[in-house]
Amino acid sequence: MNRKTILIISAWAVTFALGLVGFYQRMTYGHQLAGYGSYASWGLWVADYIYFVGLSAGAFLLSSMVYVFNVKRLEKIGKLALFTAITALIAAVLVIWFDIGHMARFYEIFTRPNFRSMMTWMIWLYTAYFLLLMAEFALVMRPELSKKPLPAGTLKMNQRMVMILASIGVPLAVLFHGGVGALFAVVGARPYWNTSLLPLMFLLGALLSGGALLTAVITFMWPTRDEGYRDLVQYLGRLVLAMLLLFAVFEWSEISVPLWSGISGAFQADVESIKLALFGPYWWVFWVIHLGIGTIIPIVLLFAFPRNPTRVGVASLLVALAFLGTRLNIVIPGAVTAQLRGLETAYVDSRLVFSYVPTLHEWLVTLFAISVGAAIFLVGVAKLPIFGPREVTKA
Amino acid sequence: MTEEKRVESERREFLKAASVTIGTLAATQLLFGEKDFPQKVRALESSALVSQELEQLPVGERESTLLRMQRELQKALKKPMEQRRWVMVIDLRKCIGCSACTVSCNSENVLPPGVVYRPVVEEEIGEYPNVTRRFIPRPCMQCDNPPCVPVCPVSATWKRADGIVVVDYDVCIGCRYCIMACPYNARTFDFGERYTNGTPKEMAYETRPTFEYSEQWPREPDRSPIGNARKCHFCIHRIESGMLPSCTTSCIGGATYFGDANDPNSQVSKLTGQPNVMRLREELGTNPRVYYLI
Repeated sequence: MNRKTILIISAWAVTFALGLVGFYQRMTYGHQLAGYGSYASWGLWVADYIYFVGLSAGAFLLSSMVYVFNVKRLEKIGKLALFTAITALIAAVLVIWFDIGHMARFYEIFTRPNFRSMMTWMIWLYTAYFLLLMAEFALVMRPELSKKPLPAGTLKMNQRMVMILASIGVPLAVLFHGGVGALFAVVGARPYWNTSLLPLMFLLGALLSGGALLTAVITFMWPTRDEGYRDLVQYLGRLVLAMLLLFAVFEWSEISVPLWSGISGAFQADVESIKLALFGPYWWVFWVIHLGIGTIIPIVLLFAFPRNPTRVGVASLLVALAFLGTRLNIVIPGAVTAQLRGLETAYVDSRLVFSYVPTLHEWLVTLFAISVGAAIFLVGVAKLPIFGPREVTKA
Repeated sequence: MTEEKRVESERREFLKAASVTIGTLAATQLLFGEKDFPQKVRALESSALVSQELEQLPVGERESTLLRMQRELQKALKKPMEQRRWVMVIDLRKCIGCSACTVSCNSENVLPPGVVYRPVVEEEIGEYPNVTRRFIPRPCMQCDNPPCVPVCPVSATWKRADGIVVVDYDVCIGCRYCIMACPYNARTFDFGERYTNGTPKEMAYETRPTFEYSEQWPREPDRSPIGNARKCHFCIHRIESGMLPSCTTSCIGGATYFGDANDPNSQVSKLTGQPNVMRLREELGTNPRVYYLI
């Protein structure tokens, strides 16, 4: 084992060990150690969930550029993108499973679904999406894993199947992740979420964060360092930059319109939540993490050093990591804005408050989900020929 | 008729008690010679006179509001469920902000920390020296267009034919989407905590079961309602046994009214047909079944 491998394994082991503590606590104490309350009832785990599903949908949509749109420059990363999408989805489902009050009742979503609920749609869509991901990944890996080279006919058939699945996958991923955005956007009681722009921002955010994660993984883990590698990283860096700028435009629209409109009316609660995100006690999540680390520094790096793989990689990693802050700033300000004034003093209880800070326990459970996803990813990358050109074109 | 007789005998009982009291006071006066005695006796005599006058009134008008509402409730129960329409009316001019309703609700439904069905919001209006306070009890609004119902992924919550929005504790997965969707913050989550957590002894008042939805729910780890969304249900279990909701009977100011809005002669029907009626956040189109008199 080289030093890099030892480093990665030790970092993973520490994360997993901490995660196990969180897992144990969750299984023993239920929700008692969580920081969210009865009024502001969604917290870090929900933010984690939309962060991970975003990474998954973004990575998948990038893989479709290979398998649907045949973008030659990206064909080497198709398998990696698919595999990233699978592992991120597993982490997402795991963390949201810990979030529900009765974990053993999760099956009810399939046995007695309510199709008026966006949550039902989201879960049914991501179940379909997960099955499709597995099938597509199996087909993509088939030529690589078969002992003997596949006959040309079989290979061609395989290629067609991948193309069909990937083509179904694109609208599915758009619906599924747009649906996650809609889950929030349809909540009329929370004007901060209740905007038509939100599902679109979820999609864009997915492309941005998933693309950035993939770029970072490729930059730091790609087996070769040749001209092709530099071209690939440069191309991906440009994609990340474009999406960063586009996301900033959407965000500007989402923030500036309610703040600008003087008398607030329907925007009142929206303005309150926005002000909370921008100037509340956790102002630094927006200004430092999201805007500084996750937006401005990466934009500068990507603009100034497009052909420097390390800097493109660092910029992408910053975007991918800081995006959790962006997701937190979607969930929390909406959740902690009161519906009625004076409830907090009407009945005084530590769970009946309009403020929220994730507890250590919630972070540990987050680490558990991350470490499980990372374990699958690292083992997969080590054992399967995931890096490399797509085999389906070899025919 | 029997009702009239019963009231009659109650009045007699009262008069008897009053005369005994007066007699006792007179004896006290004889013994101790209290100075302001005559005024006291006069006050008592006058209250006895008022009762006598009350007896002249027709039954409906001298009946206690609580008894009337209970009688109307029992009458409504004889109808099929879909013909009842439960509503609550809260007279904010009568509410003194004592929170007796909150406490009695907590006790009735054995609510743990973090769960509350009926907090009383306090508001201060005006600027010194022209300041006044207003108290707004906030039960579940039992909306006719409830935003919490369609969001439930497993149909664990719905609106019954009589208008009450209920939660099926055995089905709810605890995703808390309904909590986020309620524009009144009327739903809370049961974290499974106890007030006596971290103290040497578990108290019986916390471990006893709740009888919500006319079922017995023992309070044990991982068992519903722990891990569920919980809300006010107008005390269905009491209603269906012919009793008024706990908040209504415990209201010392007589500010909370409850009844069947489909009965045009019921107390609540009379009260809601007034110009000073309002509902909370009416602009949302949720159509609450809780009315406030201002």
